[in-house]
Parts: sequence; C-alpha cells; structure tokens
Amino acid sequence: MAYLIRRLWQMIPTLLGVILLVFVIFNVFGADPSTVLAGKFANKEKIETIRQSLGLSEPWWVQLGIFLKQVATFDYGRSWSTNEPVTSLLLQRAPVTLTIMLQVWVLDALISIFLAMWVAYRRGSLTDRSVVAICTAAMSISLLLYVVVGQYVFGSVLGWFPVSGWAPGDLLTNLARYAPLPVLLILMVSVAPSLRLYRSFVVEETNQDYVRTARAKGAGEHRVMLVHVLRNAMVPIVTNIGMQLPGLLVGSFLIEKVFSIPGLGSEIVTAVSNNDFPMIKAITVYTAMITMVANLLVDLLYKRLDPRVEFK
Amino acid sequence: MADKNQSKGYWQAAGQRLWQNPLAKVCIVILLLYFGLALASALGWVANDWGREVGVSYANPSLMADLDNPQGANSAKVNVGGAIDAESRAIDPLAPYYDQIDAGAKQYESALAPLKWSLPLGGDKWGRDVLTKVIKGGEVSMTVGVLAALLAVAIGTVLGAVGGYFGRAVGDVLEWFYSIFTAVPYFLLVLAISGALNTRGITTVIVVLGLTGWTGVYRLVRAEYIKQSSREYVEAANAIGASHMRMMFGHILPNVSHLTLVQLSQLVIDFIKAEVVLSFLGFGVPTSSISWGVMINEVMVELVLGKWWQLATVAIVMSTFVVAFGLFTDLLRDALDPKANRR
Repeated sequence: MAYLIRRLWQMIPTLLGVILLVFVIFNVFGADPSTVLAGKFANKEKIETIRQSLGLSEPWWVQLGIFLKQVATFDYGRSWSTNEPVTSLLLQRAPVTLTIMLQVWVLDALISIFLAMWVAYRRGSLTDRSVVAICTAAMSISLLLYVVVGQYVFGSVLGWFPVSGWAPGDLLTNLARYAPLPVLLILMVSVAPSLRLYRSFVVEETNQDYVRTARAKGAGEHRVMLVHVLRNAMVPIVTNIGMQLPGLLVGSFLIEKVFSIPGLGSEIVTAVSNNDFPMIKAITVYTAMITMVANLLVDLLYKRLDPRVEFK
Repeated sequence: MADKNQSKGYWQAAGQRLWQNPLAKVCIVILLLYFGLALASALGWVANDWGREVGVSYANPSLMADLDNPQGANSAKVNVGGAIDAESRAIDPLAPYYDQIDAGAKQYESALAPLKWSLPLGGDKWGRDVLTKVIKGGEVSMTVGVLAALLAVAIGTVLGAVGGYFGRAVGDVLEWFYSIFTAVPYFLLVLAISGALNTRGITTVIVVLGLTGWTGVYRLVRAEYIKQSSREYVEAANAIGASHMRMMFGHILPNVSHLTLVQLSQLVIDFIKAEVVLSFLGFGVPTSSISWGVMINEVMVELVLGKWWQLATVAIVMSTFVVAFGLFTDLLRDALDPKANRR
C-alpha cells in the first residue's frame, strides 16, 4: 500500500512535465490559434475577440493556469472544428477503437505466445529458423503497404470483407462485418515483433537449470514447457503486453483512417489536419495518464507472477 | 605479407568481420546503389524531371505495352481548333486581326514531344514516369530518414552523456525529461507536434522526427556513460587534469560510439517508415514534392482503376531498401558488439 501511494506520488512530476511539454508545444511553438480559428476570412476584430476568449493576451503563466485547470477538471472545452465538448467526443470514440484493438491485443498475445513456445521448443530446427526469417522480413515491410494492399486484395479483389465502413452503435454488425479485416491486418504487422521477442524470452528460460531439474525428476515435456518455462517467461512477456496498452487506445491511426472507422485514431488525424488544438491536447494528456497507470499495473502484476519481486 | 604481430584496430577488425559475411556484402552493395542513386538525384543528374508529363495518363509499363488504357486514350487527345467559317467571321469583331493573333500565338508555341504510350515502369495519373518518381521519392525519403536520425542521435548522445557522466541533479532532471517523452506514445507526439506547428515541409518532418526520436539513444548512451565513467582510463584522464568536456567527448565517446552507430542505422529505418506513414496521412512531405509515402498515397485511387504498377514499384523498391538496411543493421551490431544478445 505504501508502495502504491509512493508510485502514485511519483507520477505527479511526470504528469506535470507532460502538461508543460504540451503547453510549450502549442503555446510557444504552435501556430497562433486565433488565425487558425478565424479561418480564411479573418479580420482584425474577429481575431481580437478570439484572442480575448482564449485568454491569449494574458501572460504565459495565466495561460498555463488555464490549461492546468482544464486538466484537473477534465474539461478541455469544445472542439474547434465541430464545437462539441472534447471529453464527450472522446468518450464516444474510445469504444469504437476498443472494439478493434481489444481483439488485437488479446489475439496478438495468444498467437505470439503460442507460436513462440512452439518455435522455441524446436529451436535451431528448420521451422524455427524459417519462422524467425519470416518475422524479420515481415517487420521490414511498412505497415502502410499491408494496409493498402490488404484492403485492395481482401476487400476489392476477393470481396471477403467490406472495403471500409462502420455501423455506429451496432456492436454485432461491427464485430462480424467491419472489424475482421482491420484486425487481421494489424495482426499481420504486430505478431512478428512480439513473436520474435517472446521467442527469445522462452529460449532464455529453457536454458535454465530448473528446466533440466524438472526433466530429471520425470516431468513430461508438456508440463515442463507449459508450467515451468511458461510461468517464468511470462514475467517479461506480461511487461511487453502491458506496454502495448496505451498504444491500443490511440489505436492505429492508419487503419482507422484507411477503413473509415470513427475511432480515436482517425479523430486524432482529423484533429491534426484541422489544427483542432483542444482535441490534440486532450488526447495527448489522457494518453500520458493511461500510459503511467498501465506501467504501474504492470509492476503490480509482477508481484503476482513472480513472488520473489520485492517492492522498493 | 602483412606482419603477423601487428594487431588490427577495433574498427578495422569490425569492418573485416562484417565484410567476411556474404550476406553483409550483398546488403552493402544494395545500400551503396540506393545511396548512390539518391546522391545522383540530389545533384540533379537523374530523375530531375520527375514532375514532367512524359506519357499519357496511366501509361502502361513497357513489358505490357498493349494493355487496354482508356484513360490514356482520353489524355492523349489533342484539341484541334475548328476552321472558322464565313458566318462567324462576319459576326466576330476581331476578324480583321486574325493574322496578327496567329502570328502572336506562334511565338509562344513550342514543339511538344508526343506523349508516350508506355514507360519503363508505367506512368501515373498525370503521365509522370514512375521510375523517375521512385528515384526522386527515394532521395527525399532517405534524406528525411538520415538527417532526422542524425539529429536524434546527436540529441540522445549529448543528453545521455551529460546525464550519465554528471549524474546527481543534472541526471535527475534529464531522467524526468526522458520520462515525459516516453509517457506519450511516439507517433502521437509526432502528430501532436506537426499539428501544432501548422507548417508542412521536409524540414518540419526532419525536425519533428529528430526532436521526438532521441529517447532510445539517450537511455543506451546514459547507461554506458555510467558504466564507463568509473573506469580507470577516465580516472587517469581526470588525474592529468582533462576537462569534463574532454573526458566526456574525447575519452568516453569513442568507447561508446559503436553503440550510437548501430542506433543511427536503426533510426534511419524507423524514420523512413515513419515518414512514409506521415506523408500518407498528409502531415509529412507536401504533395508538391515526392516521397515514397506520397507515392503510396496516390496509389489508393489507382488500384480501384486496376493500375497497380506504381504500388508494385514503390513497394518493391522500398521493401528491398528497408530489408537490406535492417539486415545490415543486425550484422553491424554483431560485428561491432559481439557480446550483445540479439532479440
């Protein structure tokens, strides 16, 4: 418990840093919001009114105060392009992204762990070497090519899946019709690096003495691999799976853009091209918060998986 | 005959280890070819006219020149002005000046080379040659990748050196800085900065990628500096009164430079991939210039029409480069740092 409080306490400087970074990016280096907001037909009075309402004429510490208040109250104002409240817009988008990415998260973990155990058990064999070679090649190809070619081949030519689309609010249709192709394509990209990493973790464990001991006392191969080796290899694997979490929420920008899925990823892309500052700021700060919480959860999970771990 | 007792230097030995590997040889030759072409294109020797209309719209690749091409037939049409009959001549108040107008227009007429029906690797919508486009695009993509990687490695090395060497308060501040940059997913940070800057251009992409991508280098260099700064040679340098700057960059840096070189190589690949995605989303290289990402962006429309050659070209060219560079990086790591375990 004391550990938990200390960890939460340690998050504060980092979070403040992220807020400061976002503030510097947008208020110091960023384009002048008033000209962005006033649009093409700007005149002096319009710009002046906007500057007043955003507090841009105030000194920088007042502006930073406004931003800190926004973060603390979870109220980032309204989106500049759609004029909807930012937080409610994000809450609308997040489930869409999760519909796709949770599947990816789970499937990626299951497939990678299963294949990693399999090839690590046969390490050095032809199967092992060819799987590693395929992974290396697959990792080299740009995600963009998978997406563009995959959409064309599976969507347009073979017609197995719809080319793009989304049924808002209808979870079943989405899961059955629109989600499979994006999920498949992301998996094609994400499994290769995970598999290679997990394989190295498993191989490392199989070289340990306790594996030989387990075999010597007569444990079956399945028991050795699935109970002894897997439990130990899970520690670094879980870290990696946990680290993927924040990325999930942001989703794959590319996939959502190409398949016209109205999730967080496509929302970010739209926000960036419209210079929708409140939106980008909110997403960045929220993601940073989630990243920090995810890291903490991973550390707590460590204890469960490996009782030897002592919290300091 | 070389003197057997003469020992080879570290870099020479590593270079020889690398060159002895046939796979590394192939990779190096491929990479030299790519960088040579990029250099030639930067100097204006090749692919200078990538933006010129040299063929009909969607000109076929030379191998299959007879493919049906309705778009090309349309684009090849030339508007022929009709002859002016007596009736319109009577109405037109400009009729007396026709000769003058024709003579004036002649001055500006230039002989256009007829548009080609087929190009070596085909053409795009505007009749531009895919081959020259992919060379020019490669130049831009590779420039972005290399310069951004140099920037990121420079930032990461300096911060890592300072943080690892001085430690204490300076180190803590830099660690805090590092935790901020890693709290936000990398690509989101890149997008946020390009959204805030509101300027699109090659320089912007390089700066944004460089300023956000230094964290990996920093962590590695910092750990190495912590390890090295307690070694005897640093203490010896300290004893003879070398300055901090001299110990950091004169003495320790050469001992960690092999790590930064591998990082540089890895970052070039990462940044080229990032540039491609950024340009595709419209936040990278502006569409007035060309890069691999811009080319893939054009491909989406073409595929629907069944024009696959631009995609095939850019996919093969880019993937070959990235695979060769990736393998080269792995082999370089093995040659420079034989003890490191690869994952």
